[in-house]
Amino acid sequence: MSKMNLTRRGVLKTGAIAGAGVAAPTIFTAQSAAAFTNEPTGSSVTLGFNVPQSGPYADEGADELRAYELAVEHLNGGGDGGLMNTFSSKALQGNGILGKKVEYVTGDTQTKSDAARASARSMIEKDGAVMITGGSSSGVAVAVQALCQEAGVIFMAGLTHSNDTTGKDKKANGFRHFFNSYMSGAALAPILANNYGTDRRAYHLTADYNWGYTTEEAVRTSTEAMGWETVAAVKTPLTQTDFSSYIAPVLQSGADVLVLNHYGGNMVNSLTNAVQFGLRDKLVNDKNFEIVVPLYSRLMAKGAGANVKGIFGSTNWHWSLQDEGSKQFVQSFGTKYGFPPSQAAHTCYVQALLYADAVERAGSFNPCAVGEALSDFEFDGMGNGPTLYRGEDHQCFKDVLVVKGKENPTSEFDLLEIVEVTPTSQVTYDASIFGGELGACNPGA
Amino acid sequence: MLGLDKKHTNLLLLVFVLTLLAPFILNPFPEGSGMAQFNAGYPDLMQRFVIFGIFAIGFNILFGLTGYLSFGHAAFLGVGSYAAMWMMKLLTMNIIPAIAVSVIVAGLFALLVGWISLRRSGIYFSILTLAFAQMSYALAYSVLTPITGGETGLQPKLQDPRILDGALEAGASPKANLFGLEMGSSFEWSVGSWLFTFNVGYYVAAIAMLASFYLAIRIFNSPFGMMLRAIKSNQQRLNYTGLNARPYTLAAFVVSGMYAGLAGGLMVAMDTQVGAERMFWTASGEVVLMTILGGAGTLIGPVLGAGMIKYMENIMSKINSTILHEWFAFLPDGLEDFVVTLIYPFIGKGWHLTLGLIFMLVVIFLPGGLVEGGQRIAKLFKRKNPSSDTPDGKTTPAE
Repeated sequence: MSKMNLTRRGVLKTGAIAGAGVAAPTIFTAQSAAAFTNEPTGSSVTLGFNVPQSGPYADEGADELRAYELAVEHLNGGGDGGLMNTFSSKALQGNGILGKKVEYVTGDTQTKSDAARASARSMIEKDGAVMITGGSSSGVAVAVQALCQEAGVIFMAGLTHSNDTTGKDKKANGFRHFFNSYMSGAALAPILANNYGTDRRAYHLTADYNWGYTTEEAVRTSTEAMGWETVAAVKTPLTQTDFSSYIAPVLQSGADVLVLNHYGGNMVNSLTNAVQFGLRDKLVNDKNFEIVVPLYSRLMAKGAGANVKGIFGSTNWHWSLQDEGSKQFVQSFGTKYGFPPSQAAHTCYVQALLYADAVERAGSFNPCAVGEALSDFEFDGMGNGPTLYRGEDHQCFKDVLVVKGKENPTSEFDLLEIVEVTPTSQVTYDASIFGGELGACNPGA
Repeated sequence: MLGLDKKHTNLLLLVFVLTLLAPFILNPFPEGSGMAQFNAGYPDLMQRFVIFGIFAIGFNILFGLTGYLSFGHAAFLGVGSYAAMWMMKLLTMNIIPAIAVSVIVAGLFALLVGWISLRRSGIYFSILTLAFAQMSYALAYSVLTPITGGETGLQPKLQDPRILDGALEAGASPKANLFGLEMGSSFEWSVGSWLFTFNVGYYVAAIAMLASFYLAIRIFNSPFGMMLRAIKSNQQRLNYTGLNARPYTLAAFVVSGMYAGLAGGLMVAMDTQVGAERMFWTASGEVVLMTILGGAGTLIGPVLGAGMIKYMENIMSKINSTILHEWFAFLPDGLEDFVVTLIYPFIGKGWHLTLGLIFMLVVIFLPGGLVEGGQRIAKLFKRKNPSSDTPDGKTTPAE
């Protein structure tokens, strides 16, 4: 069957010119104009920002949206230009993308796959978005990425940490800048071994869903390689708010490290419970009892308050980094909104700029051309040091930060301190280990 | 016609015409105009209208006729979706086996849940169904991850077996189709500055909806439907006359579950993805809202309610503050900001708030739902007819 997918915009603009004043209906049939889905033909291009505005990750979503608005402002030549000043690629001129003014539509994913896909589909079908970006959980990211692959638009993932997004569920039209569970494990393990020794016995509490599984596995594998022993790994329901019943058995198990594979509200609650139980004051096997949180975010640290002091974890980016890119981004964001950006805001801003830059370099909005421009693209100046967008799985490889809850925070944003920047080489893995197939890029129409 | 009396034939024809012309009716505003924001005539939303229409029609067969309030209907929707997805992964991307299996599996699951839950009535029945739905959700989210994909859900993959389909061409991705006709393909017709989209998937779902609607009319008018109404009005009395009501309620429950399964199967056919959130209790609550908002126990009500809620969810939630500022740009600056601040909590992520307000107004002033509102308006226009000139007919609807 021949496909009859015209782009809305294409048809619309042609229709507006041809049909100006002409009352007679004009029928457009297939294959006339569009080379790919939602080809922008006018003086503007529409991007779709699909973030959680309600639900458990609404805070992150709000910060992501701020970052996108800032990115649009910079792309259109407003503000101070932000990271475009420090970005190693100089293709962006501040005149929109390929001379077209950047416009955007927003949607609420509600942190549900169905709602996120509905929102993304309306952006593609109704608003003519040529790229979708955002998301604050891996389930949503995987669902929307698959949708974008089918529809023939580019998906630039926001905050999603599961291995699956660029692992077994990777898609040719999807790209991720954020790091993943595997990298967290690989970055954390040596630090943990240095600080806590190589003969530790770990007890895992794992959120009972995909992200929890991949994170547990990553941390387990890397710590066991260092000589640690895993005593037990217990799954906790995602909706759990009181973890006391899970913490009590930890003491009896003979473990001396507790790993909390939790995120967001889960982590805030489980960590608070663990500290209240006095775990950190205990001596087990003649060693201080320690707690580890593989994935940290500032918003979580804020929720857990003083309980995070001295606890190790990993993060994608932190505003206290002192390279040019980070300083520039914190300054632009701070000037506009009055507080430093979170790692979610950073990754989303960078993704928006990377997309725009790839379009400029490719000279086309065609997803296949953009995908080619992004694959194996090496860049710098975005706050994470030299970074590679690997072509095999569309995952970014860059330094990973190991952080620790700050003992003496000076402000409500100054909660984490960077312990070590783990170099890229240490967190790089073979693209084939997670399975999955990238497939071919789909330009739609 | 089709074994229906005149009134119901007209109703069926009305629904038929409305669904057929939906691409026009839902796109009343020209593209590029400020009002285009309110256009709902794009494939995804049109598909959702009819699919949730089916879901609500099915729910209404149970709730509207027997009065049994199931608070776990989303479980059948979810089970149907998973069944359809597995058919697409294992057999073929053709939607016929997927939908057939989704209806059967949902029916079997409803038989099991109904057999247990219908031992109680009233609030206990509601809680039992809710418990089943939450159990299904929890199972799908974590324990059954190998089958359900857990948090990330299931999608057709390139490497799935699909034993009935030939190998995919290089670079092609599996797409849901009806004997080669892809669900995602559409035909666009541009008239002046209007743009109308005719989507294959929408019309497939619309045919399913019309068939479900017709079946619902037949059930409502059948002796079986009469028996269900009798259960609603006085079950004790039925028991005293020596009738066992359970087989009837169970049959209604299973039929209703099969409707939900059909809706689930169609959802997968239109958008090849399924996740566990589809079974969450809020999804079960949503269909209760749809039915009550539209008018429980009426034929067309649930469809209207479904349309209303899905419209709010997809259109209202996408209005952001930038758009508001554009709308009110003609006002002086201070006033503009004031008006925007005033409206902002009710749009975007605040669409739940607006929906809640509308729901309260409807329940308080129009207990019969939107259908009652329609009837009252119709009465207003018939005022010249003395027989219908009741005091009630003079009150304006609260909306």
